[in-house]
Amino acid sequence: MTDHTEMLKQERNTPWRVELRNSVPGKDRIAIERVKMNEVEPLERIKSQTCEVNCGLTPEQALHEARRCMDCVNPTCIEGCPVSINIPKFVKQIEAGKFLDAAATLKEFSALPAVCGRVCPQEKQCELKCFYSEKMNKEPVAIGYLERFAADYERLSGKIQIPKVEERNGIKVAAIGSGPSSLSFAGDMIKLGYEVTVFEALHEIGGVLKYGIPEFRLPNSVVDVELENLKEMGVNFEKNFVVGRTASFDDLKELGYKAFFIGSGAGLPNFMNIPGENLNGVMSSNEYLTRVNLMYANQSDSDTPIMLGKRVAVVGGGNTAMDAVRTSKRLGAERSLIVYRRSREEMPARLEEVKHAEEEGIEFMNLANPVEYMPNAEGRVAKARFQRMKLGEPDASGRRKPVAIEGDIFDIDVDLVIVAIGVSPNPLIPACLPGLKISRWGTIEVNEETMQSSIPEIFAGGDIVRGGATVILAMGDGRKAAASMHRYLQEKQKK
Amino acid sequence: MNKIVEKYKLSESVFKFIVEAPMIAKSRKPGNFVILRIGDRGERIPLTIVDSDTEKGTITLIVQNVGVSSSKFCQLEAGELITDLVGPLGKATHIYKAGTILALGGGVGIAPLYPIVEAFKKAGNRVITVLAARNKELLILENEMRQWSDEVIVMTDDGSSGRKGLVTEGAEEVIKREKVDECVAIGPAIMMKFCAQLTKKYEVPTQVSLNTIMVDGTGMCGACRVTVNGETKFTCIDGPEFNAHQVDFDEMLQRLRAYKSEEDQARNKK
Repeated sequence: MTDHTEMLKQERNTPWRVELRNSVPGKDRIAIERVKMNEVEPLERIKSQTCEVNCGLTPEQALHEARRCMDCVNPTCIEGCPVSINIPKFVKQIEAGKFLDAAATLKEFSALPAVCGRVCPQEKQCELKCFYSEKMNKEPVAIGYLERFAADYERLSGKIQIPKVEERNGIKVAAIGSGPSSLSFAGDMIKLGYEVTVFEALHEIGGVLKYGIPEFRLPNSVVDVELENLKEMGVNFEKNFVVGRTASFDDLKELGYKAFFIGSGAGLPNFMNIPGENLNGVMSSNEYLTRVNLMYANQSDSDTPIMLGKRVAVVGGGNTAMDAVRTSKRLGAERSLIVYRRSREEMPARLEEVKHAEEEGIEFMNLANPVEYMPNAEGRVAKARFQRMKLGEPDASGRRKPVAIEGDIFDIDVDLVIVAIGVSPNPLIPACLPGLKISRWGTIEVNEETMQSSIPEIFAGGDIVRGGATVILAMGDGRKAAASMHRYLQEKQKK
Repeated sequence: MNKIVEKYKLSESVFKFIVEAPMIAKSRKPGNFVILRIGDRGERIPLTIVDSDTEKGTITLIVQNVGVSSSKFCQLEAGELITDLVGPLGKATHIYKAGTILALGGGVGIAPLYPIVEAFKKAGNRVITVLAARNKELLILENEMRQWSDEVIVMTDDGSSGRKGLVTEGAEEVIKREKVDECVAIGPAIMMKFCAQLTKKYEVPTQVSLNTIMVDGTGMCGACRVTVNGETKFTCIDGPEFNAHQVDFDEMLQRLRAYKSEEDQARNKK
């Protein structure tokens, strides 16, 4: 038995957990219905880009939901979590009414619990592995809702606990990019006593949490509190700084930086290279969302312009496509359409986002793929031509491959097309490091166990390694990189 | 925040700023640009770095007052702060000893041309520079250009300075007169389009520096895409300089007008 499972077992056998477990019979727990998230009505929420859709659980609802958890001998839910949060522990702390303790448990494992409670695809992770999903064919414990509840409770209580940090050891390390992987890395390294600086190219800290995910899903104020906590712990943030350009890696080494974590993300939007794609009114989801989320282009006091559409088609089936299409609705589109080349079942977006989009009147055009865009007299996109698809044999990803239905082509009137078909790694930083091993997809090659690159003092994680994944996987990488960079630097000190 | 150290008026609508940015001053190369923002609801605007002083830790920026954002910048005075400034961005110009360089600058495009002329001269090339503006008042950096050029030909639309005519006329004269090994043209998109047509006719390899719309300037958004040799490129990270004979200028001109109605509205509002 590993130390980790032994530790989980010991925790499970602490008297308060045993007592709590025995206080309600298992069959009574199983009989409880899963809680429903409180939401703002669709017609109300689409009036504002900043109105958060989910309102969170009340303490009563949280207590009720936490009671459903069986506190299993073998907590499979933890296996589903990329950062291995001790899920039963925090859920049982909620059931015991110790909400601040629950928040503290979360923070032992995750630098951004309020964020993860909102944006993680729980249905594919912890909740998929829940006893209820695996063994009972029932709805899983709402672990994501409970995570959000504990983190929000702590934030709103005004009793935010700043995790303890070791005494400063004087060793300088840098994180490049300020998205989830870097923040998680920075949080762990500052706890270990390092002098941590996070370098960000944009004028705002937070990476995709700020420029990408809209406020109706993740309010900036929630992200800002997490950033404040890191600052309190001693993390230093440098905005408007492109490592490799503003200063080279060698310059930073001269300034005393001993090791680097690259978490610069997969910033480069993919296009399909079809005719008309460079027309005005066709843009990447990154551009559209950055204009709105980072530049506030939808607000009258912003100097950044935005193209509004009445008939908007968003190409793609992921979370970013959902974010873009729902944003277009909030900015006044009459018709907002998702165009996805596979069927609903294969959509990579979180279930909740698809559900919310549907409630908000988003149309779903599945099994269709754009082949051409056509302009009006002013050169702006006016029509999109689509190819009808059907599902064929499964491809390398295991999903059934979309194939064109010969001759089945149709046109739709559009005045804005947003391409949300994924991103590629941003070459800006790798290009500054000759000798850094890059895959043929442009991602940085690392040892999967240590996140160390081909250059010993350089570690990497998140989308620059994965090519396009989730917030929580990026955070897991940041944690792993911090642990192994710590080992690397300690060994180097000894020599 | 970066402090403006000095400000000069070059013409009615063009201003030169010396800005504190020690690290950028040290790391910048000819052809690089910065992105800056004025105010907390400011737009991110790209500007080529014209010059730098590594000892004083400053860079030189030249901006023309043409819209809401550039006007906010032009209103700033020495001692005031630029909210955000990031760089150097974009690929640097490929500077080498080519022989004879023909440098073509139009309007405020003369500013980004300046560091390239300087660098080619320092690399041991013969540099002939053609500067064009609507009139004498709008002609900038003439004396500075003379310092790094073997010859400067000035063309104005109304003949108020140099000779009356377009940049292409001055350029064609040089190409007919002597062997030109490489041409660099920077100015309004329409000017670069005609320069490209001209040098293509005479088979003179030509670089242009494109001033497309950008948001982040680091490859993230794709607002700056252009078609070069039939392929979509991002000006911010693949450029800003491209082979002029391969750029689809008509598409670029169309894309520059993308936000025209929004910009007109904004100008009228403010």
